[in-house]
Amino acid sequence: MARVLLNIPARAYPGDILVIRTLIQHVMETGYRPDADGVVAPRDILRRFTCTYDGEVVMEADFSPAIAANPYLTFTLTATRTGTITLRWQGDNGFDQTETRELVVV
Amino acid sequence: MTPRRLLLAAPALLLLPPAARASQEEMEAAMRAFTGGVTPRPGRVSMEISPLVENGNTVPLSVLVDSPMSETDRVRAIAVFNQRNPQPHVITMRFGPRAGRAVLATHIRLATSQTLLAVAAMADGSYWSDSAQVVVTLAACVEG
Amino acid sequence: MRFLLALLPLCLPAAAAERRSGFDDMAPQTQAMQRDDSANPGMLWVLEGEALWARGCASCHGDAALSMRGVAARYPAWDAATGAPIDLAGRIAQHQGAPRLARESQGLLALTAFVAHQSRGLPINPPEDARLAPARARGAALYTQRRGQLDLSCAQCHDDHAGRRLAGSTIPQAHPTGYPLYRLEWQGLGSLQRRLRGCMTGVRAEPFAYGAAEYVEIELFLARRAAGMALETPAVRP
Repeated sequence: MARVLLNIPARAYPGDILVIRTLIQHVMETGYRPDADGVVAPRDILRRFTCTYDGEVVMEADFSPAIAANPYLTFTLTATRTGTITLRWQGDNGFDQTETRELVVV
Repeated sequence: MTPRRLLLAAPALLLLPPAARASQEEMEAAMRAFTGGVTPRPGRVSMEISPLVENGNTVPLSVLVDSPMSETDRVRAIAVFNQRNPQPHVITMRFGPRAGRAVLATHIRLATSQTLLAVAAMADGSYWSDSAQVVVTLAACVEG
Repeated sequence: MRFLLALLPLCLPAAAAERRSGFDDMAPQTQAMQRDDSANPGMLWVLEGEALWARGCASCHGDAALSMRGVAARYPAWDAATGAPIDLAGRIAQHQGAPRLARESQGLLALTAFVAHQSRGLPINPPEDARLAPARARGAALYTQRRGQLDLSCAQCHDDHAGRRLAGSTIPQAHPTGYPLYRLEWQGLGSLQRRLRGCMTGVRAEPFAYGAAEYVEIELFLARRAAGMALETPAVRP
């Protein structure tokens, strides 16, 4: 499991625009980088990030190797009702990790 | 630069990535694939990135699109392209109805000094863009 | 004692009043990355270290926020068991309860970062321990000794030319305020020993092996030089 650092408000009022900040531990090996012996390391990147809220897609992102190691991504969502925020990272070599946070809308 | 300093910088010069680089044409082709051939109009998009970068491995970038994000007037997607990395595409973000604002912030890689292009796809079929020039300085003490 | 007094000028750089952390010479966006725990990639290792702490260390040492506060600021310290100075990573690695952790392994970096993070904001506070003095003196000598094909000492860059530019970088004053730190060049977390190795290969010298006594000696000297400056772990550097 990759370490994930999330900054997501736990409570909100309906209509609030929440800032979601995410950081995940990943090398994002570009597939262009030769090692000390001149052998190019095979590509190993995260390709897709998806955020759903209460089962509905908030946003999805496609990454290229130009995304820095330990990908950082910030975006927003509109709070409507109490529900689960699901964050999913998918990538090369079968990488697939999901984190969930409960959002209470009062 | 004294000879000794040049010598110190030499490994950095040798470590420059191989010649595999995108070009202006490739960047524009990638951009047109995103817009379906439409040339975006400058405006409504603001891309924030430092004009002078001290290390291209992790460069903070943010894109904000001026949009009410209502049901009818909204941003469908934002894409960022570059001119001189090995690949012209950086990131594409598609927004569902629950996205709050059309905004993204991330850290990107820049192989060298170059132009970046951010394009927003609107629900009405229009495309808007912003571009930025970034100078990546050469670090002296890189590890070989 | 006379020996110690003779060392004093070495321990106080000429511009002691104007000591700068590498932080002060970074680009504003790199400073912002360090300041913001949600964007600082080094925090991923702190988080990893927290999990390792809970599994292996907490049963004896309890809440790190209490038991480890200020500890990193006092390292390197004297290690009675080996009769030699030891740095923080070395101390953690030799622990009974901890899994065997190699120098510069991700686990050791994570635990070291987590422990050092408990001292973030506290002044570097080298112990007044006479047993450390000979090693610190050797560290001072290593710092001023020319080495490598380029025949450069640490002091020639980091004292004589600090603040000037080498290619696109500002030469820092070599105050180890934020280790282990996230270096954008490394795209990962690394120790002060890794940084010192980088300097040595930079001047075309054969670096000492990880864990070598020479590194701890230089670390002792640098810690005294940076005494009173605030710890920043996990720092971000270009």
